[in-house]
Amino acid sequence: MTWEIVIGLEVHTQLSTNTKIFSGASTAFGAEANTQADAVSIALPGVLPVLNQGAVERAIKFGLATGSHIAPRSVFARKNYFYPDLPKGYQISQFDLPIVGQGVLNIQVPPLSGNAKPYEKTVRITRAHLEEDAGKSIHGDSQGVTGIDLNRAGTPLLEIVSEPDMCSASEAVAYAKALHTLVRWIGICDGNMQEGSFRCDVNVSVRHPGEPLGTRREIKNLNSFKFMQQAIDYEVQWQIDTLENGAKIQQATILFNPDTGETRAMRSKEDAHDYRYFPDPDLLPLEISTEWIEQVRSTLPELPQAKQARYVNDLGLSAYDASILTSSREMADFFEAALSATPSQAKICANWLIGEVNAQLNRDGLDMAQCPISAQQLGGMLLRIADGTISNSGAKEVFRSMWADGGEADAIIKAKGLKQVSDNGAIEALVDEIVAGNADKVVEYRSGKDKLFGFFVGLAMKASKGKANPAQLNEILKKKLEG
Amino acid sequence: MGAALRAKQISSVELTQSYLDRINALNPQLNAYITVNPEVSLAQAREADARLASGTADALTGIPFAQKDIFCAKSWLTTCGSKMLHNFVSPYDAHVISQFNKAGAINLGKTNMDEFAMGSSNETSYFGSVKNPWDMARVPGGSSGGSASAVAARLCAAATGTDTGGSIRQPAALCGISGLKPTYGVVSRYGMIAFASSLDQAGPMARYAEDLALMINVMSGFDERDSTSLQRETENYARDLNKPLTGLRIGLPKEFFSTGLDNDVAQAVEAAISEYKKLGATVVDISLPNSKLSVPVYYVLAPAEASSNLSRFDGVRYGYRAPEYTDLANMYEKSRAQGFGEEVKRRIMIGTYVLSHGYYDAYYLQAQKIRRLIAQDFTEAYKHCDVIMGPTSPSTAFKLGEKGDDPVQMYLSDIYTIAVNLAGLPGMSIPCGFGANNMPVGLQIIGNYFEEARMLNVAHQYQLATDWHARTPNEL
Repeated sequence: MTWEIVIGLEVHTQLSTNTKIFSGASTAFGAEANTQADAVSIALPGVLPVLNQGAVERAIKFGLATGSHIAPRSVFARKNYFYPDLPKGYQISQFDLPIVGQGVLNIQVPPLSGNAKPYEKTVRITRAHLEEDAGKSIHGDSQGVTGIDLNRAGTPLLEIVSEPDMCSASEAVAYAKALHTLVRWIGICDGNMQEGSFRCDVNVSVRHPGEPLGTRREIKNLNSFKFMQQAIDYEVQWQIDTLENGAKIQQATILFNPDTGETRAMRSKEDAHDYRYFPDPDLLPLEISTEWIEQVRSTLPELPQAKQARYVNDLGLSAYDASILTSSREMADFFEAALSATPSQAKICANWLIGEVNAQLNRDGLDMAQCPISAQQLGGMLLRIADGTISNSGAKEVFRSMWADGGEADAIIKAKGLKQVSDNGAIEALVDEIVAGNADKVVEYRSGKDKLFGFFVGLAMKASKGKANPAQLNEILKKKLEG
Repeated sequence: MGAALRAKQISSVELTQSYLDRINALNPQLNAYITVNPEVSLAQAREADARLASGTADALTGIPFAQKDIFCAKSWLTTCGSKMLHNFVSPYDAHVISQFNKAGAINLGKTNMDEFAMGSSNETSYFGSVKNPWDMARVPGGSSGGSASAVAARLCAAATGTDTGGSIRQPAALCGISGLKPTYGVVSRYGMIAFASSLDQAGPMARYAEDLALMINVMSGFDERDSTSLQRETENYARDLNKPLTGLRIGLPKEFFSTGLDNDVAQAVEAAISEYKKLGATVVDISLPNSKLSVPVYYVLAPAEASSNLSRFDGVRYGYRAPEYTDLANMYEKSRAQGFGEEVKRRIMIGTYVLSHGYYDAYYLQAQKIRRLIAQDFTEAYKHCDVIMGPTSPSTAFKLGEKGDDPVQMYLSDIYTIAVNLAGLPGMSIPCGFGANNMPVGLQIIGNYFEEARMLNVAHQYQLATDWHARTPNEL
């Protein structure tokens, strides 16, 4: 009997505000322990929370970008539990009235095998709510003592909850990646997964088709897409094995160990807290006016999906190319800036970015923001390809030189003498010489040995020292050979 | 007093020293103060004298006030009446404290209170019970009992209090002084240790309504550090003090004059109403039908909020930590079991229970609904009257230990005050006579939202016609 996999995600995105969600303390990462813990972060007696409007604005942006309902009135609630890194003994979160309601995220799921095609899928977003992060417990610094660092306490988070719409690890990862792209795209989160700015909890269950949902287990705190894939694959197999052996799944919170590749239960449902949620009386209900929403909307950049559609419809790119060019805001911005030099050459521009530029970045371990050549430099080169000044092979040399030593395309072309010969007379003279000097081969060609065309091209190119315009050369050669 | 200071008839240092001497002499009996810090107070007094000399003095410059120990005051021990904070020295000033400091007022010391403001007799304080200056065997009321006792015994010019269910008005009544709980949101709660956030409100306690007006002028005002602080035009609460009361419509809720009210209290309150009629007021019978539910509603909502507000006292970062423990859970359990007193623990238990899964709808949500009904009763009543009057407390001050074993009896001493907090309305208590045992009786005046100036006018006119508020306890 077959098994169906059901996956839903809860993603904690750290919002990119300079200060905390309920106080003026800095949110910068990596400061010395407790140097960013003010009176509110420490929860001194008598201190009160004051909501950071920047965090609200970022939540509104997310809601707009996913076509979600933005609640005109949402409520902060207290989630009560004791833990040393939770200074107030409760976390301020949102419970039954979150700021962002139902929306959707369309994702491209890559193929599982080589010959399958990528496919599109729409994942429904259940809700997204604002909350504060906890601090950190530091174990092992000194014998038998646990330290507390409250720098992170009060950092604004947007917790984004999806419907259980994903049916495979690949879909879950594709969704997480699309979300990761989106939150960086709209500038609400830096997406730094090592620093914990984007953390995923994955709910996994399995069932036979047509049956009600199985019991889920929640894999907590995955901070890499690779681990997410591994964790889900392992967990799904574990659940199927467990059920096929006749045992039952117990609802549980589990952790993934990247060293062993296994998941392990952290606590079962029996240990589940009763969080005693109730509206926080220190904060008024959050009211968001239509004007505020519209004002935020006016600051939203063109979204990846809109860009993709435009690239396909207006620029004639393939859906695949369009999706790669919109995989990050940096990539899309680079593409558009480079294209502005040669607006008619979208396909060539896309090929260079997806091909050479990406390959070089990968080789050098860089990301788009660190690209050593600018969009203007690349655009300058594309212009010279388009107007026939350089051939493709010449362009590759220009690119290599630009990447290594900088400089503008025109200067490199001049310095290296890469300008191709586009003078018809010069190319004709060259071709005449070759045709005359290889009379036997010309005869063979004319008797039907078409393959010899390449031989003549090679000779001509060699004679031109690689500078002859290939298109012109081909045309003239063909004419002369056919006599 | 302010006039005498500004006329240089007395210096702030002399005045402060005379209060400190009196505290020294009487506080061992009354136990009204937890902390005094003569050097700090006198240093403030010297600064105030300089300001008085330079002619830049405000109404309260140089006047010595007592501050309830619920307000965080920088470098002062701030205990909230609890062992949990017996060693907590605040690194910052509450809004109320900084407002008094800016006005050039003197902080004479921090007054005793029921632990975390939970109590109506001041017997739950970790620092011992406070005595009523009118009879040392009786309670001063609570939770602002230390402030009330200090004002009544002339151990300060005036004092601050906080009122969650009657904690300013009830001790004011029991100690024969005046006290005002403003409309919720008029005084910032920043730096005031939270008991029940949606009900807590700070206010002044003094002998004269006129002084209350000068104090609330200083304490009020928008504070961006408290999200529930109201953004309103600054107002002068003393502006209407001298208006005549002709035509004032006084609403008398029948629910405030029925069973459970002691006869001597009823008689004093009725006499006060007669006095008001002489001053030109008319009386309207009104009804607050849901007010009888205010005690049970309060004892769901206030403990619910308190159980969460008091979670931060966990022994991790400041305050009391048990000396011995085996692990984290044990450290929490022992620190909280040893650091909190019985009444606080009782309310944390109630609050935890009513917020628990499966009980939340039946208790917390239901109580919130009734809370709205209680507020609507008042809105309806104010269509027919300008102020509402009645007793502040059903009895005069009871004996120390008398209600100690019966929390429900104790809770009922706030039966007339609690509805005001639930509705967020301003309420006052002023002295209006003495009961059978020669203990003071308080008249409660409840105004509509932001009607503090009118209430102070109503109180002041009465105090011009009577002298209950000016009497001094014989024992002193």
